[in-house]
Amino acid sequence: MRLDYLVRRLIQFLVVLWGAATLNFILPRLAPGNPVRERLLSALATGGYQQAGIEEMVRAYNEQFGLDKPLWVQYLLYIQHAFQLDFGYSIASYPSKVLNLIMAALPWTISLLLVSTLISFALGTLLGALMAWPRSPKFLRHLVLPMMALSAIPYYLLGLVLVYALGIALPLFPISGGFAVGTLPNWSWGFFQDAIYHSILPAFSIVLSAVGFWAIGMRGMMVTTEGEDYVVYAEAKGIPDRGIFLHYALRNAILPQLTSLALSLGTVVSGAVVVEIVFGYPGVGSLLFQAIAALDYFVIYGVVFMTVLAIAVATILLDLTYPLVDPRISYRGA
Amino acid sequence: MADLSLALPPRARAVSAAPSRLDVFRDYARRNPELIVGLVVVGALLAIGLIGPLFVDVRQAQPMRAVPGQPPSARYLLGTDDQGRNLLAVMVAGLPLTLKVGFLAGAVGLSIGTLLGLTAGYLGGTVDTVISMIVDIILTVPGLLILITIAASIKTFISVEVLALVVASLAWPRPTRTIRSQVLTLRERGYIQVARRSGLGTPEIILFQLLPNLLPYLAASFVTAVSATILASIGLEVLGLGPQNDPTVGQTIYWAIKYNALLRNMWWWWIPPILVVVLMFVGLFLISSGLDEVANPRRRRVV
Repeated sequence: MRLDYLVRRLIQFLVVLWGAATLNFILPRLAPGNPVRERLLSALATGGYQQAGIEEMVRAYNEQFGLDKPLWVQYLLYIQHAFQLDFGYSIASYPSKVLNLIMAALPWTISLLLVSTLISFALGTLLGALMAWPRSPKFLRHLVLPMMALSAIPYYLLGLVLVYALGIALPLFPISGGFAVGTLPNWSWGFFQDAIYHSILPAFSIVLSAVGFWAIGMRGMMVTTEGEDYVVYAEAKGIPDRGIFLHYALRNAILPQLTSLALSLGTVVSGAVVVEIVFGYPGVGSLLFQAIAALDYFVIYGVVFMTVLAIAVATILLDLTYPLVDPRISYRGA
Repeated sequence: MADLSLALPPRARAVSAAPSRLDVFRDYARRNPELIVGLVVVGALLAIGLIGPLFVDVRQAQPMRAVPGQPPSARYLLGTDDQGRNLLAVMVAGLPLTLKVGFLAGAVGLSIGTLLGLTAGYLGGTVDTVISMIVDIILTVPGLLILITIAASIKTFISVEVLALVVASLAWPRPTRTIRSQVLTLRERGYIQVARRSGLGTPEIILFQLLPNLLPYLAASFVTAVSATILASIGLEVLGLGPQNDPTVGQTIYWAIKYNALLRNMWWWWIPPILVVVLMFVGLFLISSGLDEVANPRRRRVV
């Protein structure tokens, strides 16, 4: 791996973050009026939010962004704060800091998405491999169309149907939330079980909609490996079917799948924004939804910036470790 | 020149000396029946929006025009929602709006992508490096989140057209990349080289030599682009960031979630819009996989 590749990659990483931060700075100023200030004023006028905090907030923001200073000074201050992960205070739940709200939501999102991504990957890859394998049971062949249809449907709509079918019509699972109402998150075994129980439906809807994607991709790869000379050679040598399937066809077909798995793990944070909302799951997606509903701009921008950061870090790490996973990729002369 | 004959295997081309466009299409559709099924599904959805207003009073798609919270009956075939919208009217009025967002955003995104992809692929050099780098950067950021930020900031004056433009603002990098790679395979072909040596300018080569040969590929990309932009726009609408006063399909799902239609067993409120969305995606998916043979040069030989 050459040094200039690393440097170029790092520059790209910084450009992405700078772009996200700049977008957050520009957007409120593009809209007619200043939505941030209007939001604060309307909260003050209606008195719906903690009235006592409003004056302090206006002062805090004036101080933080130097709203009296020239625009470019405001911009530099803003960028500086963003790179220090300081997104200021939430408007709707002042005086919580945006970063703390995000940090509380992040573990929920990451664990839900990590587990469901891995399950759908394992299940889909195996199904896809079997779907393409000439000697597997006939019924698997007919799964191609349903799998394609599944992968074409947005996951949150599958989620809605699941909520109704398994949560309301047939009340097997809780339909909303990340844990039982009335409990507080803690490290006990009982809470852990409860959290798992609550995550089954959202996880199921993610797995169900992603499994088709993995199956179709794997099937495509398997079909190409089956024609390869080494598979024919292995057959001629008299290696048992199962051995050919596992060690020759599957093993070589799975490498591109691992590459896309790595990529999709990078998007774990943003993957299920809408699914969390459907299930009222206490993760980043729900935080974002509430922020949108309350026009809590600083929370919105904080979530976006943190997600972009997470994805940028993940992709740069994956890029650097790819050659270890797939020896066919190397960055010499990239 | 740029018709589907590209997609025919050599033998079929030799047998029918001068196949008419209809014959070519029939031949192609026989080999790719999913294309017809997809076209029928999407066509039927379009027809609901086009012919529906003749039978259904679309004004009832607005709040307070019908008795609120009614289950399906002879008077309201799909029932009504809490705000007194006739949900059948909502479907008839909303379907074309949702499709309009998709087609508009898909067209804008694909046009920008085609322009940039052609330029980057044909010119190469610094222009290519800069365009490719911007595309790479944008492709790494989470599209829906950026769209959410934009849509939330301008939430107060979002309309169907504005929503389409918001979605289109992130719909061009992927087409740029795929069209660039198509141009890279085309630009060393004989006729392009002949054109270049005969002194044709760059814009002429791009417009009259490259573009016509990309048309079948662009047609297939358009379906993919529309599907992606509809997915994005419905995602935004379900979050409540769609046009607030228009009865789009995604916005209907948002209202249903917001007013707890699921828990209150008002199935007529949320099942029809979901069915319609699912049909729309499956239809578009079938069309695009039916056009795969046109779009994917590797499959042209197989058949």
